[in-house]
Amino acid sequence: MDFADTQEEATFRQEAADWLKANVPSKQELEGMDEIEAAKFWQKKKYDAGWACITWNKEFGGIGATAIQSVIWNQEESKYDVPQGVFQIGQGMAAPTLMTWGQPEHHERYLPKLASGEEIWCQLFSEPAGGSDLAALRTKAEKDGDDWIINGQKIWTSGAHYSDYGILVVRTDPNVAKHKGLSYFFLDMKSPGVEIKPIKQLTGGAGFNEVYFTDVRIPDSQRLGEVGQGWQVALTTLMNERAAIGGGGGGVNVDLAYKIASEVMIDGKTATRDSAVRAKLANWYVQESGLKFTGYRSMTALSKGTTPGPENSIGKLVGAPKNQEMASFCMDLMEMNGAIWDEELSKEAGLVQMSYMGSPGLRIAGGTDEIMANIIAERVLGLPQEPRMDKGMAFTDVPTGGGS
Amino acid sequence: MNFEFSEEQELLREQARGFLGENCAPSVVRGVLDSQGDYDAELWKKVAEMGWTSTVIPEEFGGLGLSYLELVVVAEELGRAVAPIPFSSSVYLATEAILANGSVEQKEKWLPKLATGEAIGTFALAEGSGRPSAELLNTRLDAGKLTGKKLPVPDGNIADFAVVVAKSDTGDGASLALVDLNQDAVTRRSVRTLDFSRGHSSMEFTGAEAEILGVDGSGWSAMEALMDRAAVMFAWEQVGIADAALEQARDYAMGRYAFGRAIASYQAIKHKLADMYVKNTLARSNCYYGAWALNSDSSELALAAATARVGAIQASVNAAQENVQTHGGMGFTWEFDCQFFYRRAKLLSVNIGSEGFWQDKLITAYEQSNVA
Repeated sequence: MDFADTQEEATFRQEAADWLKANVPSKQELEGMDEIEAAKFWQKKKYDAGWACITWNKEFGGIGATAIQSVIWNQEESKYDVPQGVFQIGQGMAAPTLMTWGQPEHHERYLPKLASGEEIWCQLFSEPAGGSDLAALRTKAEKDGDDWIINGQKIWTSGAHYSDYGILVVRTDPNVAKHKGLSYFFLDMKSPGVEIKPIKQLTGGAGFNEVYFTDVRIPDSQRLGEVGQGWQVALTTLMNERAAIGGGGGGVNVDLAYKIASEVMIDGKTATRDSAVRAKLANWYVQESGLKFTGYRSMTALSKGTTPGPENSIGKLVGAPKNQEMASFCMDLMEMNGAIWDEELSKEAGLVQMSYMGSPGLRIAGGTDEIMANIIAERVLGLPQEPRMDKGMAFTDVPTGGGS
Repeated sequence: MNFEFSEEQELLREQARGFLGENCAPSVVRGVLDSQGDYDAELWKKVAEMGWTSTVIPEEFGGLGLSYLELVVVAEELGRAVAPIPFSSSVYLATEAILANGSVEQKEKWLPKLATGEAIGTFALAEGSGRPSAELLNTRLDAGKLTGKKLPVPDGNIADFAVVVAKSDTGDGASLALVDLNQDAVTRRSVRTLDFSRGHSSMEFTGAEAEILGVDGSGWSAMEALMDRAAVMFAWEQVGIADAALEQARDYAMGRYAFGRAIASYQAIKHKLADMYVKNTLARSNCYYGAWALNSDSSELALAAATARVGAIQASVNAAQENVQTHGGMGFTWEFDCQFFYRRAKLLSVNIGSEGFWQDKLITAYEQSNVA
């Protein structure tokens, strides 16, 4: 048992580190670019040098790297503050779905541009009536010659406003059972009839959108999987989503909370000397450390060529509520001043307040805490599903509660 | 990255699980529990014959000279089986105390007997309720004579010798005393604890012959170093308990029907078991860290040990409590085995210092690691 890389892993890590050291763009290089332009600039640079989407086959822009090499690359890249994130859905979710379900011409046309960052993709799955119960979605597609006509609404679509393409699940047959009437497409986001409206979040920001479809045409050649097979195709995407969202890192951690505690007083003593504060910090340290070493165990599995399974769901299930609790606690440490969210007047430039406001989203996106617990219960512990009232029922007959 | 046990270590686990399945069935635990005995002498003998008591003792002292990775594998399995034997007192504490602090003579005298299980050792720190400190110690070692009272001493009735933390007027305020318990100036009385399958005693020394273990005036730091090492091994036993309790709860919930369906299909139960799984998994991963630090003599041991210990306390106590809850009324009966985990998890959680004690140690170690 040790933390060291194997000889091969160490060589690969060194190559990655050397390349990054020589090529990470400076602030001046990125000056004048917005977030998207900067991300595209960095992605293209990686692509040209063979460091983009490295696990993909050569013809799609990768180098056929192993999963453990990918982890090593990510570790090295995350040592730098480089612009990234906007490609996550396309590269992490749409691409694996295209690889599994797409035709060779899809691969040739779309994968290299996904890898190079020239084209950004978004995910059009959730609907007002289909969240945790995603398969309850209602956006419909009707066949018209070689095209499908799409009508309906999607919601919580990150980055729809700057995306070139979207992956889309729609209902093609409402007269069969819920999961059996779905089909999976991808479409050009500039298609006529697509309307994008930003959603203002409780933070005040707007990273999500509603996307409306009014008689949008999609050629049948952009269907992935058979008609009615959309749920299975979507599962490929969703399995990759949990891998992409990952450990819920960032935000408030023990180092930050300890720093804040060391700068405030309780009963005339630094807060870090208070036993209640120490107990809480200890518990969060146990969680952080537990996640870190669970990650090391997964890496070992990857290193030996096995794929980590649904047990990886614990990263998000532990990390997201922890972030919320810690942000809340740090504000408590500041006492009355904890309410202030201001870069100049708050400790740590208001990061804690920002985390507190953002953390409800982390507990919901990509599967709520409750759904993650179900996944662990069912797929790891092998417990039975709850009985479903809509089982075997045609979708049109499923009770809806009237709301949407 | 190789953050896993080796194939040989996994083989040892299989072997240990098979052995304990045969020799430490629930009926064995129940036998000690029902009679409120001190331990199962037969099982202790067999465990010693397996060589487990000699795992990390060097070959020159009659041991196997294996690593701590082998020992924690055994610890986890003993935890799963709720083994009613003085393994933690004799192996994690007494043996470790002598290995770390003993003179050649002391090692030659005790280690070969500890290795074969012929001698049982224990460790005596507490003097009643409250968090121990060097200032509050009343037990003293003067000119080879030990006086004072210790309570409770795990496995005190069956131990042949004890490592006793005694007050010192120099250094860090404490010394470790090595005392043979088979002498008139030692009075031992059984005390009732919440775990009837593991005997504890009070121990009074009235001028008992004792010798110093290690250096006078550095007993407190020696004790803390010993506790860090023991904490990792305790944590592995606790993780074994936590997983066994989760499995028991799962199996029961799958077979128990209410309102026409398995209770395991209700989200209230599913989420409870998922929460147990999450806590157990984090605790186990921290135990890996602890095992690595212990085995590699890492400077991170204090932090790794406290992290493993806090996580394992929380996971094992939670799993034991929620296992009873999942069983409903039957879980509260004497007849069901849920009580084994419920008793042992809490016993081990206070045996070498409570959750709060280790939370504080964790943050102290965290502070020191940031200074370093």
